Amino acid sequence: MKAAVIVFPGSNCDRDCKVAIERSTGASVDMVWHGESALPAGLDLIVLPGGFSYGDYLRCGAMAALSPVMAEVKAAALRGVATVGICNGFQVLCEAGLLPGALLRNERLKYVCKPVALEVTNAQTRYTAGYGGRREVTMTVGNGEGNFFADDATLDRLEGEGQVVFRYLDNPNGSARDIAGIVNAQGNILGMMPHPDRAFEAELGSADGALLFQSALASA
Amino acid sequence: MRAKVHVFLKPGVLDVQGKAVENALHGLGWSGVEGVRVGRTIEFDLKSTDAASAETEVKAMCEKLLANTVIESYRVELA
Repeated sequence: MKAAVIVFPGSNCDRDCKVAIERSTGASVDMVWHGESALPAGLDLIVLPGGFSYGDYLRCGAMAALSPVMAEVKAAALRGVATVGICNGFQVLCEAGLLPGALLRNERLKYVCKPVALEVTNAQTRYTAGYGGRREVTMTVGNGEGNFFADDATLDRLEGEGQVVFRYLDNPNGSARDIAGIVNAQGNILGMMPHPDRAFEAELGSADGALLFQSALASA
Repeated sequence: MRAKVHVFLKPGVLDVQGKAVENALHGLGWSGVEGVRVGRTIEFDLKSTDAASAETEVKAMCEKLLANTVIESYRVELA
């Protein structure tokens, strides 16, 4: 099993993602600089990590979405490779047009950093199959612009098609319909604000994130 | 030619920053202030001298990078 973590200037969870994936799945993880024009061959999983790519200039994720490597990430994601954007990575996926919607400033203007309880809204995705019958998991959020927004028609479609993967049980940032994570219609591109990479072993307060990476690679 | 691009959150999108500035203005005594929106202005020079083609070009820049039309609207000024 082979994974890649994309490193943008200003990413700060890239190492966390690498360690989280390695320890929870045993996959080998390449760090890929954003300026690369090719991805390693035979990837089973691509992760866009959290952080503040390009200092959040213009809009969170906007500059990163245009990085050279993103053309390759887009092509791979559209081919069906499992692609996960966490926190800033979710913002990048939305800016890149790979997921619908956008992430706005948190409703109460506050940077929120704490463990959050999440409902596993769709347990049938390739990312959540490993949770089995569990309906509630815990991961940590850390964001100032994690307030998911989309127009009502898009929200209705996301809900109707089972594309809402995680919901906050106690919404920390004003996200529309308590949405914490979504997948694209094909189900291979996941964007989420909570960090599975900060919840991959019990010592971190939760190991629930490990199951997400395990599920992603089990179905690869 | 100088281009000015004004980008604001769309009317239906909650502008929490605008709301905070509005509350601050109320706190300073300007109780008649309503509907504060905080946006950004991006200015740059364009080599083009043709206003029509410049406008088309700047609008393309807005659609591709300067604004996220899921949440933002933009207005272009050329002078």
